[in-house]
Amino acid sequence: MASHAGAHHDPHLAHHFESPAQQHQAARLGMWVFLVTEILLFGGLFCAYAVYRANHPEIFIFGHHFLDKGLGALNTVILICSSFTIAWAVRAAQLRQIGVLKLMLGLTLICAFGFLSVKYVEYSHKWHAGLLWARSYAPQAHHGDDAHGPAPGSLQMKLPEGEGGAGAAAAPAQPAPAPVADPDRSSIPPAATGPAGLASEDAGRAETAIVAEPANAQTFFSIYFLMTGLHGIHVLGGIGAMLWLLACAHRGDFDTGHFIKVDLVALYWHVVDLIWIYLFLLLYLIH
Amino acid sequence: MSEHTDNGVHVSSVRLLVVVWIALLIGTWLTVTATYFDLGSLNIWIGLAIATVKALLVALYFMHLRWDRPFNAFIFLCAFLFLGIFIGIALMDTSQYQDTLIPGFATGVGSAAEGG
Repeated sequence: MASHAGAHHDPHLAHHFESPAQQHQAARLGMWVFLVTEILLFGGLFCAYAVYRANHPEIFIFGHHFLDKGLGALNTVILICSSFTIAWAVRAAQLRQIGVLKLMLGLTLICAFGFLSVKYVEYSHKWHAGLLWARSYAPQAHHGDDAHGPAPGSLQMKLPEGEGGAGAAAAPAQPAPAPVADPDRSSIPPAATGPAGLASEDAGRAETAIVAEPANAQTFFSIYFLMTGLHGIHVLGGIGAMLWLLACAHRGDFDTGHFIKVDLVALYWHVVDLIWIYLFLLLYLIH
Repeated sequence: MSEHTDNGVHVSSVRLLVVVWIALLIGTWLTVTATYFDLGSLNIWIGLAIATVKALLVALYFMHLRWDRPFNAFIFLCAFLFLGIFIGIALMDTSQYQDTLIPGFATGVGSAAEGG
């Protein structure tokens, strides 16, 4: 295809563009608009987070004790490194250094898989501890059956330390303040509504753990899984895009210095990193 | 620093990329360290400020916004403008209902889980 293109016509230049520079700018403009929609897509979840945290800070203070700060920081570092390597990949593609480009794409892919592996460790820990979203939230259900694992113990061990006590003080487990005059508010059965209430039929031992737990603690885990899950899907998409770039590089697409594909994937990947910077702060580092 | 492609697109030097990368790592360390100091409600704002500096570094240097056409920066800033309006007004609205909340009980969540 490239061999029989006109002598003074760039084979990569679509006929409706004046110049390669204009074509490049148009592609970047389209990508920026797409990135805006991505930020607004996450914006809905950030809004849910902000509203729930403003109304019920005790749920977030309780919930963040079950997230591993160290693993979250590790993933932040991994993503920052991947942002760095893909920024270098763009430079390599611009300068037609195909070897460096492949190396940097490979390193970025390793970081992306590393990120997902850490996420897998975190998710499986929560899965075994029953720390799940909405109606699946049942932290006590697993206390009996796998008492040897570290997961069930962590629920009880972590509670007394740090702000666990403060959270408990701020939010009594039995939120039964003096019934207010409003008839339909007093009819809400407090702790028994959620799955946590159902689970308390387990044993007396389970009830010691639930003492510090505010009502509707599952809200935190619903928001956690939605935000990190949507972000994880974006990481998967980025992996697919980078594999495609590697295939393109292998085919020789970037030998001509036509680096727009690398440029656009890198922009996408940086936004995935940007969103994680905020997720790490807002979910793991609650004070 | 002043390298350019045939299209006139800016090429970042390796030195610049490394400097930004290290700055981002230091920012992450700062964010984590800051959570060990109890500054009350200031904590979240300090954290958000550091995160925003990191986001700016990524956008300006890794995403080439500094050398890009200003219109692209304008589009990107619009995203945050609308995000601010969205979250800000939602928070203003929900704060109107603060005194109707039962402490420790997320109104609507329990009944939604119950009624499906």
